Amino acid sequence: MDWTWFHRFGSPPHLYRLAGTLVPWFAWPAAILLAAGLYGGLVLAPPDYQQGDGFRIIYVHAPSAWLSLMAYSTMAVAAALGLIWRMKVAHAVAASCAPIGAWFTVAALVTGMLWGKPMWGTYWAWDPRLTAELVLLFLYLGYMGLRAAIEDPQRADRASAVLAIVGVVNVPIVHYSVEWWNSIHQAPSVMKFGKPSISWPMLSPLLIMFVGFTLLFAALVLVRVRGEILRRERQSRWVAEVVAQ
Amino acid sequence: MSDFLSMGGYASSVWPSVLLTCAIIAWNVFAARRSFREARAEARRRLAMENAP
Amino acid sequence: MRLAFRNRAQLLHPLLFFGIVTTLFPLALSPEASRLRDVAPGVLWVAALLSSLLAIEFLFRDDAQDGTLEQYALSGQSLTWLLFAKTVSHWLLAGLPLALMSPVAAYGLGVPVGAVPGIVASVALGTVALSLLGAVTAGLTIGIRRGGALLSLLTLPLAVPLLIFGAQATARAIAGTGIAGPMYFLAAFTVLGITLAPLAAAAAVRISLE
Repeated sequence: MDWTWFHRFGSPPHLYRLAGTLVPWFAWPAAILLAAGLYGGLVLAPPDYQQGDGFRIIYVHAPSAWLSLMAYSTMAVAAALGLIWRMKVAHAVAASCAPIGAWFTVAALVTGMLWGKPMWGTYWAWDPRLTAELVLLFLYLGYMGLRAAIEDPQRADRASAVLAIVGVVNVPIVHYSVEWWNSIHQAPSVMKFGKPSISWPMLSPLLIMFVGFTLLFAALVLVRVRGEILRRERQSRWVAEVVAQ
Repeated sequence: MSDFLSMGGYASSVWPSVLLTCAIIAWNVFAARRSFREARAEARRRLAMENAP
Repeated sequence: MRLAFRNRAQLLHPLLFFGIVTTLFPLALSPEASRLRDVAPGVLWVAALLSSLLAIEFLFRDDAQDGTLEQYALSGQSLTWLLFAKTVSHWLLAGLPLALMSPVAAYGLGVPVGAVPGIVASVALGTVALSLLGAVTAGLTIGIRRGGALLSLLTLPLAVPLLIFGAQATARAIAGTGIAGPMYFLAAFTVLGITLAPLAAAAAVRISLE
């Protein structure tokens, strides 16, 4: 099997250029899908028989939570690639994921709180899923704090990589907590094996939003990773050629 | 239209959530681009300093 | 492996902290016996967690400062085993005394005498897992200025499951229902920690010493 594409992907100048060309291919479809999903969810989808129009928060809440988990998983995988297989650009990818993931964890928590008030009567409950998602936010903040506190960039990369990997156990806890324990949060109706148990007119905007958020995440990471590569590639000639434009 | 805005009475939950999420998306787009711009400017500055003397 | 009774004062601080914190709560809340008993599991465990944090800092500080840690890393011997030994001795000096002190704190919180063995057992087991976790996070923060605050930020979120199950075990001990369930979870975390934490801690220490 020809692995040269893999090595090229891992080389900083190539990834820099590749990311630059790919960004619009992710960003514009993301924007269209997000707009379409929001319109579909807020306007077109029928009201829920139990919650009326209140359920529409799901169209921003669930994708945000999904992104918060996806960002951490990506960060942990990138951290492992950087730490164990010593792929240089992997650390740049991991660093790019953190601020994005942190923000969408906030989004998931706050939209969840706004939804919880009418649905459960309370803004917050110390139940497994909510607590684990809050812990996820602290993990992101700790990751970014550790990076910021270490001056040597390579030590910062590698120390935060260890932290990211140690913390990854929290991701399955967030996802499976509603199945393992009695949780106030509803059980998965979409992300489970077998047919989803929600009707298609309600489901399709949600799927559109999930895809849109995923493309958005990819676009944001691609934008950030270029800066992270530049910061790490200080002594390289290719940098001079590329930034002179 | 007012039905739409009131979201069946859930307006105080739905609209802030939607607006907050859109704001977070917008902020992330802005911050990501700014992060790249600053890294590129810093690289240019560094190269200029190295080449000058 | 050498048990180092380096600085007696250092060892005493976390225990004093534990004592003070568990005293503060009855003073701040109403001294009504039943209410204190309700909050006792949480108070005990939060106090134990915070006291352990104090102790974790000492795990590497002295060795890092006088260079012995570097010598260990450079020597041909396995850093993983060494850190495992260090963690065990840390627990013996910090976690175990905490567990032994818990009956006193429990008494102050109005906990029935029958609950004490269960409480001691759960604190003893929980602090083992905590020492193991602390070895990893302390390894990551060696030599960072004012690393103590960062250490707390890194350790506490990862310690949340320990807190939850430890408090649950304590609550069940007080209520008289069996503590087996939460203890199994604590034991599982401890076993997981024993197998993985020294490896992660060794990686962390090597990274910090580069």
